[in-house]
Amino acid sequence: MGRYLLRRVLQMIPVIIGTTLLIYALVFALPGDPVKAMFGEKPVNDAVAAQIRAEYNLDKPFIVQYLLFLKNALTLDFGNTFSGRPVIDVIGDAFPITIRLALMAFVFEGVFGVIFGIIAGLKKGKWYDSVILIVSLLLISVPTFVTGFVGQYLFGVKWQILPVTAGRNPGFIDLLLPACVLGSVSMAYIIRLTRTEVASNKTADYVRTARAKGMSNRKVTMRHILRNSLIPVVTYLGADLGSLMGGAMITERIFNIQGIGNTLWQGILRGEATLVVSIVTLLVFVFVVCNLVVDLLYAVLDPRIRYE
Amino acid sequence: MRLHSKVIGAALCVASIVAPLAACGGSRSQQMDGMIISYQASEPQNPLIPGDTNETGGGHVIDMLFAGLIGYDKDGNVVNEVAKSITPENGNKRYRVVLNDDWTFDDGTKVTAESFTRAWSYTANATNAQMNASFFASIKGYDALQKSGVASDAQLPGLTVVSETEFTIDLTEASATFPTMLGGEAFFPLPDSFYDDPAAFGSHPIGDGPYKFDSWTHNQNILVRRNDTYHGNFPARNDGINFVIYTDADTAYSDVQAGNLDLLDNIPSSSSVTFQYDPTVQAVNNPGSVLQTFTFPNDMDHFGDDEEGHLRRQAVSMAINRETLCKKILGGTATPATDFLSPVIPGYSDSLDGADVLTYDPDKAKELWAEADAINPWDNDTDVLKFSYNADNPSAKSIYDAVAHYVSNSLGIRAVTNPVSTFAEYRQEITDRKLKTAFRTGWQPDYPAADNYLVQLYDSAAADGNGANDGDYKSPEFDKLMDKAAAAPTIGEANEYYQQGEEILLNDLPAVPLFYQNAAIVSAQGVHNVETNWKNMPVLQDVTKDME
Repeated sequence: MGRYLLRRVLQMIPVIIGTTLLIYALVFALPGDPVKAMFGEKPVNDAVAAQIRAEYNLDKPFIVQYLLFLKNALTLDFGNTFSGRPVIDVIGDAFPITIRLALMAFVFEGVFGVIFGIIAGLKKGKWYDSVILIVSLLLISVPTFVTGFVGQYLFGVKWQILPVTAGRNPGFIDLLLPACVLGSVSMAYIIRLTRTEVASNKTADYVRTARAKGMSNRKVTMRHILRNSLIPVVTYLGADLGSLMGGAMITERIFNIQGIGNTLWQGILRGEATLVVSIVTLLVFVFVVCNLVVDLLYAVLDPRIRYE
Repeated sequence: MRLHSKVIGAALCVASIVAPLAACGGSRSQQMDGMIISYQASEPQNPLIPGDTNETGGGHVIDMLFAGLIGYDKDGNVVNEVAKSITPENGNKRYRVVLNDDWTFDDGTKVTAESFTRAWSYTANATNAQMNASFFASIKGYDALQKSGVASDAQLPGLTVVSETEFTIDLTEASATFPTMLGGEAFFPLPDSFYDDPAAFGSHPIGDGPYKFDSWTHNQNILVRRNDTYHGNFPARNDGINFVIYTDADTAYSDVQAGNLDLLDNIPSSSSVTFQYDPTVQAVNNPGSVLQTFTFPNDMDHFGDDEEGHLRRQAVSMAINRETLCKKILGGTATPATDFLSPVIPGYSDSLDGADVLTYDPDKAKELWAEADAINPWDNDTDVLKFSYNADNPSAKSIYDAVAHYVSNSLGIRAVTNPVSTFAEYRQEITDRKLKTAFRTGWQPDYPAADNYLVQLYDSAAADGNGANDGDYKSPEFDKLMDKAAAAPTIGEANEYYQQGEEILLNDLPAVPLFYQNAAIVSAQGVHNVETNWKNMPVLQDVTKDME
């Protein structure tokens, strides 16, 4: 177990170096000069532009820029944004908000997805199975921005029961609607996944054996059907938590939540390589850790899996 | 094993539920006591330093925090603020500025002649990399400050302090309209404390304007409160302005509908037609100062700066129905252009000689096109007229689709659009002179005067990358009129020369004026005194609202 963990952690190093290099190259390759864009449609003052380029190392060749970034990143100095704020502060402001939103969406999709999935799976073919199926199909097919704007209009503007936007330092109520919108698509997938697993495990040999031995219905369901059905669900949830942490650009913009997704979007628009790469580095890190946790959870759910 | 799974499961549950709840414990809202008007804004892209602010996110805040030598009333007229008098000498080549001696900064220090001269020198000095450096280009000694390696505290030789309340400004060339520039952000004074730590100042500015800085929560809001010691022309009638930062105009609009936001001047394109009839908000819609045009590069095939090109440019201009464009596509939020300025700028005219090239007349357009064909024929199989625009602009697509339609229908030629994905990429292609098509240009004035539109955009001195003359238009005749206007003794006389210059532009059409973008504002119910100014912004000091 310990050696396995160490190996996985060491694997993260090339992954992070590779992705940052790739993202840095992509931002660098974006057409347009960010310094010139700062002047808008007004004349560009070349002396000032040269000064700004020198300050952000934009006058150096690509690979030198990247190595300088990497060198500073090792000392946790991610540089400044074009507005003069340390990148680490920008992330420090945005990330806690995204974590809150992601965890709420995660709990929402996990709890409701599994519950509805189990109900539908155990009572396959009944009318509520059909209703759950149709609703989940609807949620999958409607894009998030539609759910977002419609939800915002109905709950926020028309009925005025939930806040329209999250605003500063959003709390539980502010993030309730965004979290539901954000989690709705994944919830629908989890419903379908759980339903299929439960339905197929229900007729598995070991379940029949357990029943034949006289085990109570409750115990069979809890210990044999559910536990075995949850392995693919946990895989999905783990990967999903990673992408939820990456911030939801669309949802965050609709509800004016100043999280990672929104910040990243602004950074790309302004061509701020340091900001974009720093955020992506963090996201890669989060994603890799989430995957590691999922892999470890397998061992808990399925005793046959052992890590040596 | 069973124990394990339970423990982990329980831990996960607890962690995920407690995290958001714990966060709720934090303060949800700031102290918003008194009549604080909330206004949609964007995160400033630079520190809040007047000389370093050249975009609206920071500009709106800076305008509320600082007072310059002069200010502008909502119609763009100049009124004295800190200045007692600004007198031209030596044929408009030198200005003598006398200050009122009773103005103070928020930190209690006096506003003196040095508060201005030091601030201006700092901004003009390229070593300090301030975005607004170019505003000082007309002051003597500016060029010397553009070399690399200049000391960061080097002063502009053209500025001479006479006493604590008097200084003179020497210009490189005569300019009648120079004093009208002085109310802009670049020319605001700075207190001595600025030079100790410019970065700290940028996150907590100290000004002398109608409001005082209170707090800035990045990406969330900027709060300013009324400054009771301010005694200029624009005192606040509310207790403060809360600039609430939005990244999406649709979201901000929803907040106005729900009554969570008081003012919004960036109407989302999805509501640009309906906002005037929306019963949940109040709407204001007046002609504004932003002029939208498209520019022909000087070396564009068939559309160059010669007789053929002039005829074709006129034909294209007359092929476009501006009335319908403004009404149908822009839902009445724009006004058809009749000159190269705008209706809220002194010097505007709707009856210039030759202004009929800006009216819709497809028959005349075809005639002009045929005349041009006689000089150098247009081959419909190989020649295409392209209109470029930046696709990240929310309304550009619908406008240029319509323009291309009008041109191809009226003239029977192939006209298509050429979208460029982002603004940064688009500007790069323009500054590198790579676009050999007609391209979208817009102009938002820095100060309310004709020269800001004409000299900056069409003078030969601003061509070839030295200014905003993106089409490299050069006309010695036009330049001469601009120089005459600059040396004119009064603004009224200057404007006569500027109008003669515009008449030359109407023949040559280096750019084709399309429309003036209206100043459109929506406000929540219960908000009063919403008026627009020449900057297409609400006059924030005057806004009030019902208090519950």
